[in-house]
Amino acid sequence: MTARLVLENMKHKPMRSLLSVFLIAVPVTLILCLVGLSEGMLSDSAQRARGIGADIVIRPPGTSALTLSGAPIPQKVADLVARQPHVVQAMGMMVHPVSNVSFISGIDLAQFDRMSGGFKYLQGGPFRGPNDIIVDQYYAQQHKLHAGDEIHDVLNHAWRVSGVAEGGKLARLAVPMTTLQDLTGNTGKVSQIFVKADKPANVSTVITELKNLLPGYSVYSMDEFTSLLTVQNVQGGALRTFIDVMVGIGVVIGFAVVLLSMYMAVLQRTREIGILKALGASRWFILKIILAEALVMGVSGTVVGIGLSFVARALIEWLYPASLTQAITPLWWPIVGAISLIGVVLGALYPGLSAATQDPIEALAYE
Amino acid sequence: MSDPLIEIHGLRKIYRVGKVDVPALRGVDLAVPQSEFLAIIGPSGSGKSTLFHVIGGLTPASGGSVRIGGQDISSLTDAGRTELRKNKVGFVFQKFNLLPNLTARDNIAIARYIAGNDLAADAEFDEVLKLLGIAHRLEHKPAALSGGEQQRVAIARAIVNHPAILLADEPTGNLDSENSAAVLSVMRDLNERLGQTILMITHNPEAAAFAHRTVRMRDGRMVE
Repeated sequence: MTARLVLENMKHKPMRSLLSVFLIAVPVTLILCLVGLSEGMLSDSAQRARGIGADIVIRPPGTSALTLSGAPIPQKVADLVARQPHVVQAMGMMVHPVSNVSFISGIDLAQFDRMSGGFKYLQGGPFRGPNDIIVDQYYAQQHKLHAGDEIHDVLNHAWRVSGVAEGGKLARLAVPMTTLQDLTGNTGKVSQIFVKADKPANVSTVITELKNLLPGYSVYSMDEFTSLLTVQNVQGGALRTFIDVMVGIGVVIGFAVVLLSMYMAVLQRTREIGILKALGASRWFILKIILAEALVMGVSGTVVGIGLSFVARALIEWLYPASLTQAITPLWWPIVGAISLIGVVLGALYPGLSAATQDPIEALAYE
Repeated sequence: MSDPLIEIHGLRKIYRVGKVDVPALRGVDLAVPQSEFLAIIGPSGSGKSTLFHVIGGLTPASGGSVRIGGQDISSLTDAGRTELRKNKVGFVFQKFNLLPNLTARDNIAIARYIAGNDLAADAEFDEVLKLLGIAHRLEHKPAALSGGEQQRVAIARAIVNHPAILLADEPTGNLDSENSAAVLSVMRDLNERLGQTILMITHNPEAAAFAHRTVRMRDGRMVE
């Protein structure tokens, strides 16, 4: 009977109910998109790093798994590393930012092909000149590029697209390393070195040797390196804090929406509350109805919000396939559900309690 | 003669309006035997509705005593008055006061639900529905019912839990003469067939004529 009363109350003011559900869904979607983008982009970075085929990565002193600035490593260090026992290949690579979230890689294509197995070209093929660029399918889709096109908006340089490759290896843009070094004033230097060991069992031995050989450098196994690409590690935990702040805002929005919605509902139903009290409804019964309605809106808002996060991902994939990658994060569904429910219960408490304590005679006289 | 169902002695009720005390009941004495149909008449402001609110447990008394079935309700807490409304009293209001979002059937069922009774009506109540002439209108919401039908649904809701007293506050105040007569006939039938004790406030002498006895109030007191 309570369920029927709650349902009929919601049906009686469908626009108010739908608007409330939508407004609860918005912060749910925002949180899921934020978390999904964070995890999706980090996961994409990790996947592309693994796609290189290296066992070990060497990063310059003063950097972490997620921070890299310039190209401070002399290229000859890669040659030194290549001569170490159990090392079958050491490949220097330059990485340079081209926007807030995009990077361009400078590679020695022959070495890269040997380490990774090479690009799988969907159009065109390898570099044929120093000003050639290989783009991955997502970058090509977002910028509507084809093999043979010219682009000028990357580092203000004229590039010819020699090939469009399948994604999953390196950055989305790859150019000859010497060209990138010269363009950025880093001739003879690289950003990081990828190392392949003769067999997996020797990876830890090689890491130990390299740490001794290159004091101050960060030397990671690829598994360790990719495991460090987490939300907690971005900007010293700043992303984690940002997400926590967004979660807090989600609770506040859910609270405010339900407070206003239920307060309005209680005002509109003052007479009905009086009727229920005249029938012998207890304070708890009245409070239960208000809380139940808020919970239904909270659960509905959460479900709609989760649904909207799929819509947001589809939109992002369509509009920004190269720039942004949003993961769907089912582990966060119960978390955002709990966040919504905390917000709506807090928001429904005041209107619910004020309804429960209304004087029945005054409520019955309400016009 | 058995003890009265309702015994009221020296009942006072004072409302606080701002910083002013307004006496609404100034020492009411009244005894109502079981199964009586009593009409209470009097001008506006005479205290009729306040008397109903106190007897019905909608507001506490300021002084005096009110006993229903031997239980003194003048000292009940808010929770105690809630129990009284749930189990011993049924209200019929001038403006019907049905829940607009629920069907007639659900308006009656929610009274059973609140009282903790089985939602399925008993056979005796089915007879009451036939007596009220609303059995075929139960799936409609109040907006689809005439005033007379709404008031008959309200009467059904008021008696569905077999209360000791049915309190009707101007039950025909919003009805035309035809529907008024139908509602009053139903109330008299309920009184005669089921022995339902009924207290009815009315301004209308013709309505009061349906009752066994009429008492008059003025300035917060019984005057005859």
